[in-house]
Parts: sequence; C-alpha cells; structure tokens
Amino acid sequence: MITAFLVLIACELVGEIVRQACGLPIPGPVIGMFCLAGVLAWRKDKLDAPAIPDALGDTAETLIGHMGLLFIPAGVGIISEAGLLRAEWLPILVGLIGSTVLGLAVTGLVMHWTTRPRRQSGSAAAIPANPELFKPGSLS
Amino acid sequence: MNHSIQHLWTPLAATPLLWLVVTLAAYVIGLAVQRACGGSAFASPVLVAIVFVVVVVLATGTSYKAYFAGAQFINFLLGPATVALAIPLARNARLVRANLQSIGLALLSGSVMTIASGVGLVWLLGGSRQVALSMAPKAVTTPIAVAVSEQIGGVPALTATLAILGGIIAAVVGQRMLHGLKVKDWRAHGLAAGIAGSGVAAAEVAARNELGAAFAALGIGLNGLTTAILAPLLVRLWH
Repeated sequence: MITAFLVLIACELVGEIVRQACGLPIPGPVIGMFCLAGVLAWRKDKLDAPAIPDALGDTAETLIGHMGLLFIPAGVGIISEAGLLRAEWLPILVGLIGSTVLGLAVTGLVMHWTTRPRRQSGSAAAIPANPELFKPGSLS
Repeated sequence: MNHSIQHLWTPLAATPLLWLVVTLAAYVIGLAVQRACGGSAFASPVLVAIVFVVVVVLATGTSYKAYFAGAQFINFLLGPATVALAIPLARNARLVRANLQSIGLALLSGSVMTIASGVGLVWLLGGSRQVALSMAPKAVTTPIAVAVSEQIGGVPALTATLAILGGIIAAVVGQRMLHGLKVKDWRAHGLAAGIAGSGVAAAEVAARNELGAAFAALGIGLNGLTTAILAPLLVRLWH
C-alpha cells in the first residue's frame, strides 16, 4: 500500500514538473493521471505479475470510492462567498442548475447516439444487470 | 464554566486535529444519512457533510482560513486521488480507443453547452458580468476552474464554490435524468459526469462502476483541457 501511494504521489510530482516546465494550463495531478494511465495501458500482463499491481488497484479503489470526502474542505469555502451568493442568488441558482443539467443531457445523449450499436436494435452497451458480465467485445 | 471551555477551546482550535476530526465525522454522518435514506442520490454524503461542517464552523465563529489550515490535509489527498483515476482508465483503455470519435464529439458539444448556458442564464436573469464569468469554467475540476476564472475576469473563490455545488447537483440528478432520457450506458454516464459535474459527480459514478470511472476520468481530464481553451475564446465573443 505504501508503494502504491508512492507511485501515485510520484506521478503527481512528475505532472507538476511537466506543468511548470511546459507552462501548461492543466493541473499537475491531471497530467500525472494521463502519464500513469499511459504507462499502465502499455504494460503487458505477465504470468507472475499483472500489468496493474493488485496493491495499486486496491489503493486506487479506496481513494476513488471516498473521493467525495476530499471535496469537503473546498466546499466549505462557500461561507467566504456568502455575500455575493446572497446578492445574486437567483441568477446563480438558475445558471448553476440549468447549465449543469443541460451539459449532462447533451454530453450523455451525444455519447449515447454516437456509440449506439447500428445493426441490432437491442442495446448491447446497456448497463448490465451484473457489471462483471459486461463484454466490451460486443460493442459495434 | 464559560471560561474553562474557552481555556480548552483556544489551544484545540489551533491544531489541525480538531478540524480533521470534524470533517471526517461529517463525512461519516453523511454516509450514515445516505444509508438511512436507502442509498438515495438525493442524500448526497458530500452535501450533508458540507452543511454539517459549515454549521460547526459558523457556530464556533471560526474563519474559513482557520478551518482550512486544519482540513488542508484532506484537501491534499485530492491530488493522489485524481492520479488514481488512471487505474480504471488503463483497465478500459481498449474501450476508450474504440470510442475516440464519440468521446470527442460528446466532449465538444457538452463543454460548449455548459459554458454558454451558464454564462447565458446568469446574464438573462440580470446577474453581474463578474458572476457570469465565474460560472463559465465551473464544470471542470476545481484547480483548472479557478485558474480559468482568474484569467477571464471571474471571481476564483466563487468559481470554486460553484464547481462543488454544480458537482453535487450533477451527482444528485445525473443518473436519474439520463435514465429518463433512455441513456443506459456507463460510458455515457461516466463521460457526462466528468464533463458536466467535475470531480464530485465523477466520484459518485466512479464509486458505482469501473467502466463509468474510466470515462469519468477521461471526461475530467479532457474537459479541463477543452475549457481552458474554449472559455477564454467564447468569453471574447461576449462583450
């Protein structure tokens, strides 16, 4: 678990260095994520060692499963913007809900329409009752 | 009596321990509330926890700066957690490659829609230009949103708040609404959460399904890139 955490932090550091060296507008952790994904996707499974070590997978699962917790400190920042929120609550509320709902719907629908299997009418890509049975190969 | 509480409180409030405990406890309470509500998405643990912490912080007369000094250790873990999204992404790399065109199309339309409707709705309802510009980059992951907001003339702190609130809205309504629109594909759910709902909604999908997690990770990363380029361009069109 410590090794897995080291890998994650080290990738974040690499991302941070790349960001500063290239002057990119993307945060270090996001660059680190793409770097690590690239390396892991490129590695091949071996008999004695899977491409993605179990410890790394478990640590990632724990962190992702409780990512909500990590947003709380930033979310509490709402108290320092109370004045502006009170003064313009209506445009903020409508803009926030409206743009989020529209963005979700447009992204989801475009993705759905463009990935729909063309020949069969049944949707092979539907959320399976049991995600373990999901077969990527059945997609068009 | 009051005096002795003060004696106990002053040194406690100065250590990070107190606000770490409050934040973690708030999250545990949030999870318990969600369980009590039968796992309903309306009882978002993040929302419950934020409300709880805000009440405690305000009731004790603590400044946000003092609270964050303690809670920053939790905030720090956001970095490694973002990197950790590489694992579901790598596990589904083949599927991502097979859908690159759809991802690009959905990304572009979703990103433009989110920025334009956010700015447009605020402007239509008489909001100030400052607030409209803070709304523009709010759907991307918080650090990018803050940087873009600063660049185009918004209020960075307001954008950070909007990013979290928007993420909570997306986490609460996303799955239900997309099901209503007959979208029943984890790839679409994940990508939509990553693009329109920043990290909070992505975390909600990621906790439920690994394919969703992979596409959410992709959505967060790609939309960060797209919005950093598109938002300044779209804003330039609006004087």
